Amino acid sequence: MSDTIKDATLEYAIRLGDDANVLGHRISEWVSHGPFLEEDIAYANVALDYIGRARMFYGYASELANDGRTEDDFAYMRDDRQYRNLLLMEMPKEDFAYSQVRQLFIDIYYGLLLPELVKSKDDTLAAIAAKAIKETRYHLRRSRDWVLRLGDGTEESHRRTQRAVDSLWGYTHEMFEMDDTERLLVDSGIGVDITKLRDDWHRQVGSILTEATLNVPEDSWTVRGGRIGYHTENLGHLLTEMQFVHRSYPGCQW
Amino acid sequence: MSEISLMPEEQYHRLQQRDTSEVKELWDLLDEVKDPEIPALSIWDLGILRDIERQGDRIVVTITPTYSGCPAMDTITEDIEAALNAKGYESLEVKMQLSPAWSSEWMSPEGRRKLRNYGVAPPEDADASEDGLTPDAHALCPHCGSRDTRLLSEFGSTACKALFQCQACKETFDYFKKI
Ligand SMILES: [Zn+2]
Repeated sequence: MSDTIKDATLEYAIRLGDDANVLGHRISEWVSHGPFLEEDIAYANVALDYIGRARMFYGYASELANDGRTEDDFAYMRDDRQYRNLLLMEMPKEDFAYSQVRQLFIDIYYGLLLPELVKSKDDTLAAIAAKAIKETRYHLRRSRDWVLRLGDGTEESHRRTQRAVDSLWGYTHEMFEMDDTERLLVDSGIGVDITKLRDDWHRQVGSILTEATLNVPEDSWTVRGGRIGYHTENLGHLLTEMQFVHRSYPGCQW
Repeated sequence: MSEISLMPEEQYHRLQQRDTSEVKELWDLLDEVKDPEIPALSIWDLGILRDIERQGDRIVVTITPTYSGCPAMDTITEDIEAALNAKGYESLEVKMQLSPAWSSEWMSPEGRRKLRNYGVAPPEDADASEDGLTPDAHALCPHCGSRDTRLLSEFGSTACKALFQCQACKETFDYFKKI
């Protein structure tokens, strides 16, 4: 592997790891706050799947970096400007409808991305993707069911779900944008050409929203910056909570 | 007429691998390592144990996680080391292998029986829904054998299980999902 490709792959593993880590933490905030016990447990399970993915991507990043940084260093010792996750992942949990709409957007995204990443020439990325695909199918079924139920539910649940769709829509464009790093990896058969998945994503999301009697928003605004470390204030708060123990008790084991 | 159950291809290869292994005694030894979340089943029963090799005087054990975030993997690694240490094997390594991704097909036939006796319905005790995932109803109740059951939640006490309720005996039970 040439150094340029290796550096790009490292950056890619960090991006994918950050997406999984930040989302996993965000979802875990539902534990003990779910609308009922089964949903609490479901969220805990989905969060664990994402935290497990983050460990695999960070583990690979640590292998590629080969400079003594461990998976814990990637998760706990970087500040928000060094995080590379999509902004959508860091948005607060808000109400149940908001979290489920975000989850639907993300589950459909991974439902398209992972089957492509499985074909990667990089064996480790392909193996992580193969593991994650099976889990995402279960996640998607749940988020889809909930969005249908809430959108086509009571006046209140419909209103909240539509509000969630409208507030999150502008954060979805960033998912389908690529920079030179990712283009280089696409050319080398390692990364996924995410721009090609955009139409499918819109088609799938559109059909579920329509079935849920929700409006598909116009593309009137866009926020981006996560991939270069420009985050919303939400990420700082999340990291404060997530990194507190590790930073207060360095090297602590139990 | 009695039913002849077929052995899945995956299962056959696993048995072959164990039977022809140069370190057969170590496979037997690791039968005592159980899944901390389902202590009735060994890591062999679940298909978490992928391989055991002797490399010089070193023992290399390969395991694979059921789910990405399976929190039991660290405990399982420690238990494997402890079991081997107790028999005098000091030089060893437990490797985690992701590919091929774990499948519920790998569970051994004894594992499936033990699971049912433990009160958890194994994957084949429900017909998959059209999309290949957990069905809404009719998983076989491990307590009373009724099919009059319904899905309460896709996500049970751990990521690998869904929660069902039996209408006949009123008990709830876990169903081990197909993956
Ligand atoms: Zn029953």
